[in-house]
Amino acid sequence: MSFFLETLVGGLLAGVMYSLVAIGFVLIYKASGIFNFAQGSMVLFAALAFVTLREAGWDFVPALLVTLVVMVAGAIAIERFVLRALIGQSDLTLFMATLGLSFVIEGLAQLFMGASVHELNLGIDDIPIEVGPILVSQFDLLAAATAGALVISLSLFFNFTRIGISLRAIADDPLAAQSIGIRLPTLWRIVWGVAGLVALVAGLLWGARQGVQFSLTLVVLKALPVLIIGGFTSIGGAIVGGLLIGASESLAEIYLGDLLGGSVSTWFAYVVALAFLLIRPAGLFGDRAIERV
Amino acid sequence: MSSRLKKALRGLAFAALALAAVPSVFSAAAEEAKQQYFPLATFRVGAYASSGIPVWAGEIDYFRYINEVEGGINGVKLFWDECETEWEVEKGVECYERVKAGKDGSPVPIFLPHGDPISKALTEKTVADKIPQITIAYGRTESIDGRVFPYSFPVLFSFWSEASSVINHIAEIEGGKEKLKGLKIATVYHDSPYGKETQVPLDFLAKTYGFENIQIPVPHPGNEQSAQWAKIRQLKPDYVFLRGWGVMTPVAIKTAAKTGFPVDHIIGGIWSGSEEDVRPAGAVGKGYKAVTPFPAGADFEILKKLKANIVDKGLSDLKDPKSFGSVYYNSGVIEAIISVEAIRKAQSKFGNRPVTGEEAQWGLENLKLDEARLKEIGADGLVQPLELSIKDHEGGGAGKILQWDGEKWNIVSNGWVRSDRELLLPLIYERAAAYAKEKGITPRPDVSN
Amino acid sequence: MTALAAPAPPETVESPEVLRRWRVGPLAIAGLVLAFYALGFVVHDYWFNAILIPFLIMALAGLGLNLLTGYAGQASLGTGAFMSVGAFATYNVLLRLPDLPLPVSLVIGGLFGALAGVIFGLPSLRIKGFYLTASTLAAQFFLPWLFNQYGWFSNYTTSGSISAPKLVFLGADLSTPLGRYLLTLTSVVILTWLAWNLVTSQVGRNWMAIRDMDTAAAVAGIPIAFNKLASFAISSFIIAIAGALWAFAYLGTVDARSFDLDRSFTVLFIIIIGGMGSIAGAFIGSAFVILVPILISNVSANLFAGAIDAGQSENLQKILFGALIVYFLIKEPNGLYALLLRARRRLALWPLKS
Repeated sequence: MSFFLETLVGGLLAGVMYSLVAIGFVLIYKASGIFNFAQGSMVLFAALAFVTLREAGWDFVPALLVTLVVMVAGAIAIERFVLRALIGQSDLTLFMATLGLSFVIEGLAQLFMGASVHELNLGIDDIPIEVGPILVSQFDLLAAATAGALVISLSLFFNFTRIGISLRAIADDPLAAQSIGIRLPTLWRIVWGVAGLVALVAGLLWGARQGVQFSLTLVVLKALPVLIIGGFTSIGGAIVGGLLIGASESLAEIYLGDLLGGSVSTWFAYVVALAFLLIRPAGLFGDRAIERV
Repeated sequence: MSSRLKKALRGLAFAALALAAVPSVFSAAAEEAKQQYFPLATFRVGAYASSGIPVWAGEIDYFRYINEVEGGINGVKLFWDECETEWEVEKGVECYERVKAGKDGSPVPIFLPHGDPISKALTEKTVADKIPQITIAYGRTESIDGRVFPYSFPVLFSFWSEASSVINHIAEIEGGKEKLKGLKIATVYHDSPYGKETQVPLDFLAKTYGFENIQIPVPHPGNEQSAQWAKIRQLKPDYVFLRGWGVMTPVAIKTAAKTGFPVDHIIGGIWSGSEEDVRPAGAVGKGYKAVTPFPAGADFEILKKLKANIVDKGLSDLKDPKSFGSVYYNSGVIEAIISVEAIRKAQSKFGNRPVTGEEAQWGLENLKLDEARLKEIGADGLVQPLELSIKDHEGGGAGKILQWDGEKWNIVSNGWVRSDRELLLPLIYERAAAYAKEKGITPRPDVSN
Repeated sequence: MTALAAPAPPETVESPEVLRRWRVGPLAIAGLVLAFYALGFVVHDYWFNAILIPFLIMALAGLGLNLLTGYAGQASLGTGAFMSVGAFATYNVLLRLPDLPLPVSLVIGGLFGALAGVIFGLPSLRIKGFYLTASTLAAQFFLPWLFNQYGWFSNYTTSGSISAPKLVFLGADLSTPLGRYLLTLTSVVILTWLAWNLVTSQVGRNWMAIRDMDTAAAVAGIPIAFNKLASFAISSFIIAIAGALWAFAYLGTVDARSFDLDRSFTVLFIIIIGGMGSIAGAFIGSAFVILVPILISNVSANLFAGAIDAGQSENLQKILFGALIVYFLIKEPNGLYALLLRARRRLALWPLKS
């Protein structure tokens, strides 16, 4: 039983890490209907920028701020040069454009900051603590807390500020929102900027877990099923979806892995997500109705 | 719109012109060449660039050393160019096709594919083109049998030898092979063809020595392993043999620490045993071990020479001086030494000139690097004594054990830890024969000429 | 699905009428095909192994996906998986039933692909749009896992990779570069011809009706479910044959990793940059994806060799390729094929009007 619990808790904590990446997708999808595949490259870029500054002797806070400024500047550039030119194109075209964008971002990251592997030490000692019979990682707990704090502040931001309300207006009815004077480009810049911030947080936490290196871009693969379950438009959904995926993936690896030969978790999350879609096609919290046949 | 269209069309026209320029790359004239061409397939971008960059530096630095200090191989200087593969099969194949015809009149003696899937895709193409590929510590294990795989050379240390050396190292710690009986040894592997290569030999060795063989796969890319290590915590193995690739290794070390598994009881495989693998794990990586055919360290005689003649003179390809003497840098040096020695051997038979792939194949199959020759090169301790033949394209089969002290690797084994090659070779020959049957290949006779 | 303010499409999508008016004559097409065959006897190995064969195979995969996405309106990210089905199924047929002629083995491999396509196309009966695309990822992750996991599929080789048995047809050895090229080209010509007939037939029109408005199509009496599954089956059939050719005519030895998500992205990218809903688009897109990186790499090797650091040069090339993608998507969201059509029209009017 304690083994089951330990696997479950480990999975849930991993799931929070997936949610962190998924939130970045949700923000951009909500505001502009773009499935932004470049999110993974943004995570890499942010983490690499931060760690490069730190290794150049910068203190934690200035390094963080400068990285954030770079990310926001990047977001503005993307809005100006890519998104604005692609307004009104099909979803697939936009998706492919973000794929092209990811090549550019990855190239730039390695061009300016090199391809080496870096250690990222956030100063958190990762000694496991025993809670009853099970071991829990301190670092994972802290990551979960960070993700929670991020979700709460983003929810507050989007529910109670003017920008947040404009964003919801855009998501509900773009034409009406624009006709009452909401400026779409401004909003996009803000949302892509916030997505840059989320990428930075995800980059720091994932970077501390696995080192800052190119494979940070692969974390998007973990976020996809989370999005399907949680819905592409709900931040809360991303968290719940992450927890579900993390837990089911871990348990499947342990309990189905022996039966089927291991590595079940590569596809299990997707099959869970698919089953979910068939039962509840809008995802758990998706607010945009999926057309059903 | 019309002007935009024009611009786009102009772009296309430019592209077409540039495409027309492509064939110039392989306009190799058959003039008498004075220098030996040696193409390098490299990956400087993409997911694995961090591990590749020091390797090319080691190779290029050694080639420069041969050219600058020794005046070439018997007077034949080397020249090279790079082709980017991003570690992807298609790009690797394209590179191979681009360079295989040689350059400036010099044929290609040896091709180093630098990538397990690329080497597999090249297995037959290299036979058709008569260009040997050297795959040190990767590639198809059964290509050790040169009767079936005449142009594939998994020199030094195959995955089967890797597994066996790790078991023999554990036996050394425990005080003898008979002590292996009853031990639990878990292999945590990257779930890919590469990762599965050691299942057969470990199964065989477990039956031979009586230890319990636990296999735990980690799905690619391996950035989340809590389930796998929870399982290890439950099964309580005595040792973990970690066969990772890329990000999987640091995550494994960190997750092991989180779940309380002693890091010094984890022994990494070849591709889990570089500075780039351990450094991201931070402080918890201290005590972690790995087996390698590429011992780290800058104290080998040849590295001192490289430092004095290449690095200190600003001729090095290395951007990050920290990497000098690292596992990957040294692996590049080792690959270059073996390639150069094979060419030298071929020259002894065919004359001091640029050699062809077919001639280099003879050079490789008759290559003998004994202690005396290694001392001359300055590579004793760095390269294991090696003797290749038609039946044996591996030749060495031993590794050293490294241990991470938090800053750098230290060699902790007493010399080279040998594998039980004599036990495993019959199994390998069986597999090579099965491959020959499936493909309709008639094995070459085992006669040296 | 995007509910954002969408101004009218900047360029009119070529309607079938326009397409027909501008259609290249059958003679021209026959000439092109012959030229490709003739090419086989003049070019160097490099062109076969590094350019022509992968170009044709990726065009074939793009063609398959274009039937599904461009004509029937169902986007999929499972292309790589369906390619892997073709590769592994054909391998096992060649291995276990060695007496069958090669084309029959390829067709059987394709039929397995069709079967997989139908199974993983089932969700399309219930969901569509981006969520459907996302659900095809289940195929993308499940099928390669299956082939990697169970040794039977790869005949228990140590490494789990499959290697082409000898390719022989009517006594001719097709293992040479020329043989592999001719095998690929012939498969591509036949399948393209079939696809062309399909999309200009009633079936093709039904698919486009479903793509453009499925409710109206249903009212008009078109069986929706049948047609959707049929589009998955036929598209996957072609894609699976492309996968088998990729494994045996191009690379020779592959494992399941050759058919990962990146492969799916590449094929989707081919039809978007080439032109959705056009057969030529798959070929143009494939040419872009295969040729442009090689071109950039060759040009920079010739122009800048030694001038820029090798690593930096590679990064610049990657940035350039990504920027080109974005540039062409902005310039011509309907694909390079639409760009070519417009150019033709202008050329026809030139010099009367520029």
